[in-house]
Amino acid sequence: MKILVPIKRVIDPYAKVKPLDDGTGLNLSGVKFEINPFDEIAVEEAVRQKEKNPEIQIIVVSIGGPESEEQLRKALAMGADEALHVETTDQLDPSIVAKELTAVVKEQNPTVILLGKQATDNDNNQTAQMLAAQLEWPQATFASKIEFNDGKANVTRETDTGEEVLAIPLPCVITTDLRLNEPRFIPLPGIIKARSKPLTKLERQTSDQPRVEVLSYTAPPTRSAGKKVATVDELIAELKSKGALA
Amino acid sequence: MNLLLIAFDSEDAVTCAAFGQSSNHPFDILQLTGLPATNLGAGKVISLDLPSLPPADYFAAALKPIAESYDRVAAVSSMRGKDALPRLAGLLDWPMISDITEIVDEKTFIRPILAGSILTKVQLNHPKAFLTFRPAGFPAPNLAGESSVESVSPGWKGTSKRLSESLSEGGRPDLATAKVVVSGGRPLKDAETFENLVGGLADALGGAVGATRAAVDSGIAANELQVGQTGKIVAPDLYIAAGISGSTQHMAGIKDSKIIVAINIDGDAPIFDIADYGLVADLFDALPELTQKLQK
Repeated sequence: MKILVPIKRVIDPYAKVKPLDDGTGLNLSGVKFEINPFDEIAVEEAVRQKEKNPEIQIIVVSIGGPESEEQLRKALAMGADEALHVETTDQLDPSIVAKELTAVVKEQNPTVILLGKQATDNDNNQTAQMLAAQLEWPQATFASKIEFNDGKANVTRETDTGEEVLAIPLPCVITTDLRLNEPRFIPLPGIIKARSKPLTKLERQTSDQPRVEVLSYTAPPTRSAGKKVATVDELIAELKSKGALA
Repeated sequence: MNLLLIAFDSEDAVTCAAFGQSSNHPFDILQLTGLPATNLGAGKVISLDLPSLPPADYFAAALKPIAESYDRVAAVSSMRGKDALPRLAGLLDWPMISDITEIVDEKTFIRPILAGSILTKVQLNHPKAFLTFRPAGFPAPNLAGESSVESVSPGWKGTSKRLSESLSEGGRPDLATAKVVVSGGRPLKDAETFENLVGGLADALGGAVGATRAAVDSGIAANELQVGQTGKIVAPDLYIAAGISGSTQHMAGIKDSKIIVAINIDGDAPIFDIADYGLVADLFDALPELTQKLQK
């Protein structure tokens, strides 16, 4: 069984990012980059599945500039077998990424594509579902538990009302949610050691242009601290005066 | 410009109509389950009248021929919307814009990125698109007219099989659209205390119950109650944060609330920096007192 894990290099989710003064972009000076945390959960899950079934082969793929190699090396250090890097500095949107991944899938023929439910930079939550549609494979998004048996994936997935269990035949696309696992910590020597694992550079296979364009970036309105009240009665009185309580 | 709103049930149809009416474009509603919502100003309600919601592969294949005759197809940015809509967008190869908070014009929208720390203005460079929107940005719809109902039985095709599902327990309003939300954090100790204190206050206010990620991870509150960047984004008229210190990821999910009240024993908790009213007090005294005084 072959698991393909697409990963994205994103702005450190804990960084405090501000827009540029003219609103044409983000001020990224001094900002670090990481594997998208949901994709990191996907890598971790693939590695845990491989620990149960050593016949699993894990291929990670990233689409992005030369610096994405850093995130691919980390995924290799976590336990992926092989990395593919579709190197491009083009502007991409989720539907382009899905098409590029479709091209990779046609070459690699994975049994399962496992990736984050969304990237924490653009927060779109689209790529995996678009990919599943293009491949006409079944999908299970927002997974909190994954079991493979009998040519099927049984996926417990988070829903608006709690959770559900879907059984989907392989090949399939699965996206990870927060509660699936906690990724292992990889010390720096581990990342250096993984340098001997294969990393192959690929070229883009489509020439699509983004169909959604960002015109401007702004900071949202901020809230400021209000008033401290001393008692429950005072709180009720304040809320009543604001019409927040009947 | 014709707009199709996909409503998963009749309650969802009301939220959809809020977006439809705000767009100032004529719209139809496609409703998957429940009694067709005919009083929301839709041109027509396409009723599928299903006993339950289909998995995303069935959903997308069945709705593709209906969706493709519209210019915009939109749904609430709930987990079911986020699951199903991009698959339909992938089938039709249309672009998609997620989590819209404001409509600028038919091609231009405002949406947050980076967990709400930045707002972007985005423009479509394509005649057709899928959209999801956050309910908080759009005022409740006016009741209007009597829409015609078109019953449709699409062809169902897919391979997913639902083995089990948890259903909403009902009784309390939906967290994502509730007017009042009472949320609790880890200091609530255990599930029973959480339900009594947070649930009790929510019931006294006719509100929904929310929780922090720490409360969910420690097992004292259910997963689907998690409020924040990785849980549900809420924007009620009144948000009461009880025993919540105010992590960045939690605050990202509540900052569009009209009034935020924080009750916490630690007067230096970051939640007080964004709260309209702060009460530094022991939860185990303040919550029962507040509940009791509101019940009178």
